[in-house]
Amino acid sequence: MAIEEIIRLSEVTKRYPMGETEFTALKNINLAFHKGEFAGLVGPSGSGKTTLLNIMGSLDVPTTGEAVVLGQHISKLSHKASAELRNRHLGFIFQVFNLLPVYTVYENVEFALLLQNMPAQERKKTVYEALDWVGLTALAHKKPDKLSGGEGQRVAIARAMVKRPAILLADEPTANLDAANAHLILQTMKRLNDELKTTFIFSTHDEKVMGYLGRIIHLRDGCIELDETIKNKPLQR
Amino acid sequence: MKLAFQMAYKNLIGAGLRTWLNVGVLAFAFWVILFYNGLLDGWNQQARRASIAWEYGAGQAWHKDYDPLDPFTIQDGHGIWKEAPSDAVPVLIRSAVLYPQGRMIPVSLAGIVQSQKILALPTATFLKNQTEIPAIIGRRMAENAKLRAGDQVLLRWRDQYGTFDAANITITGVFKTDVPTVDQGKIWIPIEQLWKMTGLKDHATYYVLQHAESPKTATEWKYMAQEKLLADLDEIIKSKKAGSAIMYLLLLAIALLALFDTQVLSVFRRQREIGTYIALGMTRWQVVGLFTVEGSMYSLFAMVVGGVLGFPIFVFLAKQGIAFPASSQDFGIAMADRVFPVFGPSLIAFTIALIVISATIVSFLPVRRIARMNPVDALKGKIT
Ligand SMILES: Nc1ncnc2c1ncn2[C@@H]1O[C@H](COP(=O)(O)OP(=O)(O)OP(=O)(O)O)[C@@H](O)[C@H]1O
Ligand SMILES: [Mg+2]
Repeated sequence: MAIEEIIRLSEVTKRYPMGETEFTALKNINLAFHKGEFAGLVGPSGSGKTTLLNIMGSLDVPTTGEAVVLGQHISKLSHKASAELRNRHLGFIFQVFNLLPVYTVYENVEFALLLQNMPAQERKKTVYEALDWVGLTALAHKKPDKLSGGEGQRVAIARAMVKRPAILLADEPTANLDAANAHLILQTMKRLNDELKTTFIFSTHDEKVMGYLGRIIHLRDGCIELDETIKNKPLQR
Repeated sequence: MKLAFQMAYKNLIGAGLRTWLNVGVLAFAFWVILFYNGLLDGWNQQARRASIAWEYGAGQAWHKDYDPLDPFTIQDGHGIWKEAPSDAVPVLIRSAVLYPQGRMIPVSLAGIVQSQKILALPTATFLKNQTEIPAIIGRRMAENAKLRAGDQVLLRWRDQYGTFDAANITITGVFKTDVPTVDQGKIWIPIEQLWKMTGLKDHATYYVLQHAESPKTATEWKYMAQEKLLADLDEIIKSKKAGSAIMYLLLLAIALLALFDTQVLSVFRRQREIGTYIALGMTRWQVVGLFTVEGSMYSLFAMVVGGVLGFPIFVFLAKQGIAFPASSQDFGIAMADRVFPVFGPSLIAFTIALIVISATIVSFLPVRRIARMNPVDALKGKIT
């Protein structure tokens, strides 16, 4: 297959100090992701899903082993380079939406572009486009505390997608949403995955999410238990 | 940087009451600092003007043995200065004793040229009453000796050989001055009269100069530049400033403590936000910068709010002056009953710089730790 490999993890291990001893959250993980995947890390609580996502998002570094994201060795990046990588190429979606409370919806989405020093006109166009993807143009000037949970998470998607990142990392994005909103979010993300070829990587134990995934990586106690590809997944309604 | 300012602005406006509390105390500190220093500057300027007008002129030349702080030098600290500039005004000082209504008041008897124009002393009033010895005194002296214009009072003095002599003098005028040294314990009479009374013809203790440049002083006479004469005054104002500085620096410290506290709390409570900034692509130091700007912006707000609200008050004070009761006027240096504070550009700039810089430093200290934060822990809100 000639599809571009965008993430490669080799023997990634993450240990946390635990008093006298150490706790191993990830053990020798070997894993690769390719452009356009819609994949999920699935497993019980404490299995290491978030830890793995954070390493791929360059928010954390492996204790040993190598994580290469978009050709960059995560462990070797300076603070500046890793910030740059996140700003331009990685999008994050969190379980709690982490919207910036004093900013409007528009400003929340605009933020990453401001950091990129994008010119004002282009920025405005780009922000509205992103709001359009998630159907929130009408709420552009509301503050986050006036939004429903579903709307809040859609803003978070727009904020993560506005810079058209290569990879979007979503840590339990549906955990705080009701079923209807969860499906709406997932459909939105699947559509963006189809249209923009963004690679989506989820962490979840939500059955609804799993229904959408093209690949499910089962984690248990910091190890990969099963890596299954789901063929010809029909888009759920 | 511009982004940091915009963000900081939004965050502060969004933070509501706490913001205005911080801005309030900082603005108050701003006012107090400005007020105290403005008052002292105004006092200083008035006092300098008054001292020049009433006592120092453009400078003085002292007999080499004269020292105003040592009353014993009056006895011998005088002489004849042949090369004295023609426009300089000689003043001869002798000790004497006044006997108003049976009381006894030791005084300095100062002889001055009736026609002088350098000092504001109303020496022209010597001519008002064709008496043997006309005298003018200041308001404080008049009050102390219970004398009024037109009164006659017995004066006793020594001539050049130390022999006592006595005569009645007539108060021809009472003048009002802010300079206590020409007022308290001083009796001004025509110098020709004093020469006659003491036999010290053409002698002077010091000369008041018309021009600022140093005259060719003989070894007997030393030139006292105006600034040198005013140095004592500056010294007193300076020490008063230092004294009030302790008070307002304490106030500023309280304001800064509140700011420090706000910043500590901010870092603690806004961990997720910090983590989000980092996830969105800010470096840790950029976040430190953001929080620092936020803190120092409290002080900028305080300057704006304090300036806008304070401006009319300060203009009013500068125009109307502040009345001081007579009892507070015995500092030994010139003080008017109404002091007009002066809020000069350098005072304002200094005050603003003091507050903004100290607020920036205090804002920075607690948020430094963001640079060492693990973004993952921050996002979880787990840092204690
Ligand atoms: N900073 C840390 N210090 C110590 N242990 C940690 C730390 N972060 C995570 N762990 C441990 O590592 C393991 C994996 O954590 P992780 O958050 O990746 O799990 P998860 O699969 O995302 O779980 P969940 O479904 O509950 O979110 C857990 O047992 C957790 O206690
Ligand atoms: Mg997790």
